Amino acid sequence: MEIVIAIVIGILVTIGTYLLLSRQLLRIVFGSSLISHAVNLLIITSGGLKKGNAPLLGEGKIGFTDALPQALILTAIVINFAVTAFVLVLSYRSFKANGTDDMEKLRGNEHE
Amino acid sequence: MHSFYIILFLPFLFAFIVPFLFKYINKRIHTGWFVLFVPLTIFLFLLQYIPIVAKGETIEYNLPWIPSLNINISTYIDGLGLLFGLLISGVGTLVILYSIYYLSKIREELHKFYIYLLMFMGAMLGLVFSDHIFILYGFWELTSISSFLLIGYWYERKSSRYGALKSLLITVFGGLAMLAGFIMLILMADTYSIREMIGNAAFITNHDLFIPALILILIGAFTKSAQFPFSIWLPDAMEAPTPVSAYLHSATMVKAGIYLVARLTPIFGGSSIWFWLVAGIGIITLLYGSFTAVRQTDLKALLAFSTISQLGLIMSLLGIGSLAVYFGPGESGALYTVATFAALFHLFNHSTFKGSLFMVVGIVDHETGTRDIRRLGGLMHVMPVTFTIAVVGGFSMAGLPPFNGFLSKEMFFASVNDVASAGIFGLEKLGMLFPIIAWIASVFTFVYCMILIFKTFTGKFRPEKLTKKVHEAPIGMLVSPLILGTIVVLVFFLPNVLGEYILIPALIPVLPMIPIHRDDLYITAWHGLNPELWMTIGVVVFGILLYKIVKGWIKLFNHYPQWLTLNHFYNRGLAGTEQFSKNITNTYMTGSFRHYLKYIFVFFVLVLMISFLFLYGFQFNFSNHAPIGIFDMAVVIGVVAAAFVVLFTSHRITAIVALGAVGYFISLFFVLFQAPDLGLTQFVVETVTTVLFLLCFYHLPKLRKNIGKISLKLSNLIISLAMGATVTILALAAFGHKVFEPITYFFENAYELAGAKNIVNAILVDFRGFDTMLEISVLTIAGLGVYILIRQSSKRREQSNETE
Repeated sequence: MEIVIAIVIGILVTIGTYLLLSRQLLRIVFGSSLISHAVNLLIITSGGLKKGNAPLLGEGKIGFTDALPQALILTAIVINFAVTAFVLVLSYRSFKANGTDDMEKLRGNEHE
Repeated sequence: MHSFYIILFLPFLFAFIVPFLFKYINKRIHTGWFVLFVPLTIFLFLLQYIPIVAKGETIEYNLPWIPSLNINISTYIDGLGLLFGLLISGVGTLVILYSIYYLSKIREELHKFYIYLLMFMGAMLGLVFSDHIFILYGFWELTSISSFLLIGYWYERKSSRYGALKSLLITVFGGLAMLAGFIMLILMADTYSIREMIGNAAFITNHDLFIPALILILIGAFTKSAQFPFSIWLPDAMEAPTPVSAYLHSATMVKAGIYLVARLTPIFGGSSIWFWLVAGIGIITLLYGSFTAVRQTDLKALLAFSTISQLGLIMSLLGIGSLAVYFGPGESGALYTVATFAALFHLFNHSTFKGSLFMVVGIVDHETGTRDIRRLGGLMHVMPVTFTIAVVGGFSMAGLPPFNGFLSKEMFFASVNDVASAGIFGLEKLGMLFPIIAWIASVFTFVYCMILIFKTFTGKFRPEKLTKKVHEAPIGMLVSPLILGTIVVLVFFLPNVLGEYILIPALIPVLPMIPIHRDDLYITAWHGLNPELWMTIGVVVFGILLYKIVKGWIKLFNHYPQWLTLNHFYNRGLAGTEQFSKNITNTYMTGSFRHYLKYIFVFFVLVLMISFLFLYGFQFNFSNHAPIGIFDMAVVIGVVAAAFVVLFTSHRITAIVALGAVGYFISLFFVLFQAPDLGLTQFVVETVTTVLFLLCFYHLPKLRKNIGKISLKLSNLIISLAMGATVTILALAAFGHKVFEPITYFFENAYELAGAKNIVNAILVDFRGFDTMLEISVLTIAGLGVYILIRQSSKRREQSNETE
């Protein structure tokens, strides 16, 4: 299972990186979103998969899966959301201000 | 804390109230009158140490500063430090008095001027009294910085900015070299205290780092004291107001290098490389400075080159004096002690006569509006007092009696004659060069002194060439140069008072191993018809001759090619360095987002791969893996398929829906992996994100087919695949390597500790509550950012509506 998830992570990162390197702003936002998903999966995989029950006490069960990566990912999901929202609005503003969403046309000037 | 520290830090402390004085009182009273009190207090305070130090005693004070790093502001008052301390505070007092009349209280930004000047004064005092070598270094660099600020005081002038930058680049370069040398010195002597280093000199002499440390420290001293070929910054430093030139660039700061060489003579003296570098560079600088000074038409430039030349003279005397360390206590040793004594004597004399000359030039500039020799002349009758001071200072510099310069110049000639017959370090063959070069340089020194005095003050007075109506300077401006001029004459008649109380105590720390023979160090104007006197007579005869026919040979200088000058090399070097760094920057700072991302990705892949290689990261552990079910497989296929749709589709809505699908599949993963909280959160967040996308996409342009060169796409693909592969390996390695035991069981008593049954929640809101708080802050900041960005656009729309 871990090997399969590792490969899934790899595929998500590959597609995400490729999108990040593309010229259109919207695709870049997609790319960063995909990479965030991949990183979340990476964190949960590093703690081991299906090693126990859900980390809920009082259900009469013992042997829990690692709760720490889950706490980290929970933070990450929320932050990802904030970042995605911000980047999305930023690209919208950038498009309105510059009239283009083409990264090559948004290049800075050469330093004199 | 001893009152000495209060005195030492007085300039810094007083600097804080200068802006208030300037703001509230300057309209009535010139700020300088208040600042004047600082160096005067210091001078009077230091006077009390003269009798103590003259008895051969030294005083030390200690003030802990950073005890954990073994850095204490340890100070040490001995004759050498006291000589400099008195010069700094004494000349400082006169310079500030002079500046009150020189700088207008209406037009100038006096608070800045006096803050910089006080900063310099404090730094310089700290430099000469500190015993801790890093404290000394810190003050050393602070003098460079305050010099930079003072040269650039009239910053609206381009030449001021150029001069300031030049001096900073050269002196700080030297300072950094010196720092490296100091570190080596510390390694060798195993102490931070300069006195203890001198005590450990025997260990240092045979150390491998001896020569590198020596050279690096001398680079620092030579850049500061404007020795050839680092001297080029000093003429450009003349852009500073004249009081600054008189103070920093002739009397005190440029002598910091001399101080350092004198201070470290007990450690490095006695080696041939030290002798040849200090004495050799010194005598070359003497010749170069005097030779170049002759051709100057700007009075201040002339004085600048003459300062370079005189500093070379003092430096060469210190070099010759270091031979005493080689010979040790004995007759020969005592002979070369006289050279060091002469160095200290000339250092004092130079501060007096050069200080007065700078002030004279400042007066001429102030009253006539020009410093150009070709426009000046005949000022003798208009400015008789100024003329008198100029004669005193100029004749003293030329080495004529009855002025102090004559005495030290005679001792200089005696020393170069002695070194010619030293018979060591290869001096058997080259020794004769010293008296010859010294004599030629002295002839030129004589000539430029005459040019300075007579081209300015005699000849035909041509008021039509001047912009101002010329009259004698106000009395306040004349007081300081008059005092200095008086000292110049007084020292000639009573040199041994100075010798007994100031110079001999200053000599002891430079050559501590040599017993003092007071008879050798007795200064007299008349020694009989010895070679030195004949040399002086020769200088005067040839000097007058050359001055008379100066118009004939001065034109020869014009044949010297411009591209061979040191300044040309400096300018070319600076421009070349700037261009080089611009070119390098432009090759990678392309302005293209994609390029920057590529650097990051390539770096990421390389760093991880290389560290995997070296840290055995490729050893995977495939045991203990979880089994895979049909349901898992379905989710895997779903996530991969949705991701590919995002990649390949050219419809915005399709891409957004596919991206949402990826998110929902991920939340299914979380459910499968026994993480119900994550599943729920991911589900909610994914919904909101998708809604956000759907709201926004309408305003963004349609997706285009990814057009571009195949080669570009290929390189993107390769980087993406490399990233994917690296992260996959990372995932496998992370699972395979358990370096530490999991800490999760700490949280399994969440109910007892936090009263929570959900462990994940307990971690978030209790165990790692601060993390969550910061996370919420991030969310808030992002929310504010989104809000502002949207509002801005709607505002602009309103504005454009209004204009329509």
